[in-house]
Amino acid sequence: MRIGIDVGGTNTDAVVMDGSQVIGWTKTPTTPDVSSGIITALTDLLDRTAVAKQDISAVMIGTTHFTNAVVERRRLLEVAAVRLALPATETLPPMVDWPQDLAEVLGQHIYLVHGGHEFDGREIAPLDPDEIRRVAADIRAKGLRSAAISSVFSPVNTIMEEEAADILRAEIPDLYISLSSQVGRLGLLERENATIMNASLQDLARRVAASFRSALNHLDLHVPFYISQNDGTLMSADYAERYPVLTFASGPTNSMRGAAFLSGLKDAMVVDIGGTTSDVGMLIHGFPREASVSVEIGGVRTNFRMPDVLSFGLGGGSLVRSQADQVQIGPDSVGYELTEKSLVFGGSTLTTTDIVVAANKADIGERSRVADLDSVLVQRSIDEMQRMVDRAVDRMKTSAADLPVVLVGGGSILVTREIQGASRIVRPEQAPVANAIGAAIAQVGGEVDRVFSLDGQSRTEALDAAKQEASDKAIAAGASPETIQIVDVEDVPLSYLPGNAVRVRVKAVGDLSMA
Amino acid sequence: MRLIHPENLEDIALGATVLGTGGGGDPYVGKLMALQAIRRSGPVQLVDPSEVDDDAIIAHTAMMGAPTVMVEKLPNGREIEHALLSLQSYLGKKIDYTTSAEAGGINSTIPFTVAARLGLPMVDADGMGRAFPELQMVTPTLYGISATPMAIADEKGNSAVINAPTNRWTETMARTITIDMGSTALIALYPMTGRQLKEAMIGGTLTRAETIGRTLREAREGHRDPIEALLRVTGGFEVFCGKVQDVRRRTERGFARGEATIEGLDEDESSKLVLHFQNENLVAIRDGEIIVSVPDLITVLDAETGDPITTEGLRYGFRVVVIGIPSHPKWRSPMGLEIVGPRYFGYDIDYVPIEERFADRGREGGRR
Repeated sequence: MRIGIDVGGTNTDAVVMDGSQVIGWTKTPTTPDVSSGIITALTDLLDRTAVAKQDISAVMIGTTHFTNAVVERRRLLEVAAVRLALPATETLPPMVDWPQDLAEVLGQHIYLVHGGHEFDGREIAPLDPDEIRRVAADIRAKGLRSAAISSVFSPVNTIMEEEAADILRAEIPDLYISLSSQVGRLGLLERENATIMNASLQDLARRVAASFRSALNHLDLHVPFYISQNDGTLMSADYAERYPVLTFASGPTNSMRGAAFLSGLKDAMVVDIGGTTSDVGMLIHGFPREASVSVEIGGVRTNFRMPDVLSFGLGGGSLVRSQADQVQIGPDSVGYELTEKSLVFGGSTLTTTDIVVAANKADIGERSRVADLDSVLVQRSIDEMQRMVDRAVDRMKTSAADLPVVLVGGGSILVTREIQGASRIVRPEQAPVANAIGAAIAQVGGEVDRVFSLDGQSRTEALDAAKQEASDKAIAAGASPETIQIVDVEDVPLSYLPGNAVRVRVKAVGDLSMA
Repeated sequence: MRLIHPENLEDIALGATVLGTGGGGDPYVGKLMALQAIRRSGPVQLVDPSEVDDDAIIAHTAMMGAPTVMVEKLPNGREIEHALLSLQSYLGKKIDYTTSAEAGGINSTIPFTVAARLGLPMVDADGMGRAFPELQMVTPTLYGISATPMAIADEKGNSAVINAPTNRWTETMARTITIDMGSTALIALYPMTGRQLKEAMIGGTLTRAETIGRTLREAREGHRDPIEALLRVTGGFEVFCGKVQDVRRRTERGFARGEATIEGLDEDESSKLVLHFQNENLVAIRDGEIIVSVPDLITVLDAETGDPITTEGLRYGFRVVVIGIPSHPKWRSPMGLEIVGPRYFGYDIDYVPIEERFADRGREGGRR
């Protein structure tokens, strides 16, 4: 059996699953130290389900801790940003387009040194070990504890970043080192930005991983544990400790993956309606569709594998206002104060929840308190909420064909009719813990993003080579070989160039092999 | 004359993506480079062609190569100076101004970098009024102006001066050198006099890019329909709206060629639009009939935000509006059509100006 845990800003949810069956779940408040919240949740979960600890084979954790740290600019380390690129790239040094406040927190310790590769694998300049040693001396003199190394075209050839890391480590054995080739895809500035943020999170990552470990030890759960990453796959806790930046979008990803699991659908739209906002995303082959444009985290441009999620201001606590014959829903909300401020709970604020109760579509609080609401207003509000959901679903759809819609989240009662473009609506019973379920069922993956030359090999041969490499990476990460699937293939020819160079991106995933 | 400050560059880069007609490279890197140079050296003087002395010497400055490489191997910033100064020493004459080869994509902002670094004024003009894939595809070619002598430089300190009998030969040789330099290079070319500039170049295009970018930004900020605003300011037409169903790409003779298929929605329901591109969008084919072609501009916009989408960024599932913008009259001459018309790109049709095709729309510069 597996345990999935979602450590959110407000709640820590836990779920225990036997194969594809949910045995039980619980929801408790998140605590500042993280670990006592996890202990409370797990103790409650094991009590409720009477599952024996020795039957648990793995624990999967999803967390938004690292994203929040960057957004709030708290608990971040100063970073030595080392770029292997000279004589190229000098015009745009590391952190060039960062928000000033975040750049200052990280100290702007910039080191531009010789190195890097051309698109075809030639060296721009050889790595100069003495130059790296001089960087090490400066890092030591400044007392910096974390370094980010990025090299031009390192997704094509990782060797220079690795050599530079070896030299730095020989000089400063306890230096934290983050490599850009481990973090992102082509696009130097975006990949480097993510690597620098990763380096700044090293202390926090150690502390959070330690608190996860201590919680599990406290409960005598001596099993492997994993952290879920942006694309809905897992990484080992040891890896997450070194690359916390890869968890940045795991929240929405887990929610969508959980919805996919609960509904049994691989291709569907997921509508997650909370208290204040709704998130809509598209599942393709059981995974969230990724955003194609660059994603900003805390004001910094990155090129992460992030789910393409549309958020809009509709939730169970959204305010309802009317003016003439127009109704406006949200974007403001009474949020967690719904049970005090809304009409059905004796308050004086008209919310979306009051509307659905008045329309006799839900049974929450006291219906008598909304009995006098103008029926035209109620009808218009229902229409408007429905229109907001219809529009969002339509915007996120990838084909004109109708497709199933999975509704999760406490606010899903707001949807009272058919959704336009939906072949059917699925409302799973365990929807409140979709995130923890998403963590529990996560798979492991491997990705290749590289430029291949088509001189001497066909496009099919290049794609096959990439697929094999991605599968090997997934297996190395812990996937059982017989479950490996290729879930994404994309090839983009490098334009303005003869010689048929093509950039290939392939992603393979598989179930975690359970010993 | 006016001064270009960092805030002007944001609008220029956005407008240049609209004029890039799907190609020309992502202007993000070019914009950041120009911003860095202006922050360090101060604002750039942008002058109208009418302010340029007839005997002044002007050269185009631009980046050449693969946009996908440009986002990884960034320039060191000195290449462009190196190229311009090489050309100047070969000419044995001072270059008084620089200007843009193309107002679309990354090359709209590259000349600002060299202008700021060398304190050189820049002429508000370009040689395309849009983006095109090859360096001979500029209006000076129509007036017999040679691209050479041309200087090309890389970040490693390599440089070369090219002389060639035709501008197509210059393209061929420069392309080969660019690949050896690592698929990106900075170039200075088309040295010409002020007199030639006024006759052969398209004036005011950087200001036009800025106006387009500002219009788009202000419409969004004011929650007005950005596409309507864009059509009005460009005199363009809404060609099609729908969802991207398929994008096929392949490399042919060093170019990204391909087709995007868009399935119609709303007024275009049950119709299909196919876009053919070679880096830039070339033709738009509605239900088997070409309805817009080069040299007119075909740009794909996000249906909600009006953001221009490059051919490399075009993905399955996007909801888009395709717009067409009339090309500059210089391209509509017989010679213009010979070097950038539909037949040059392999389409055996006569060019029909977009405003004639869409005459039945009754109005120009607005949504349907």
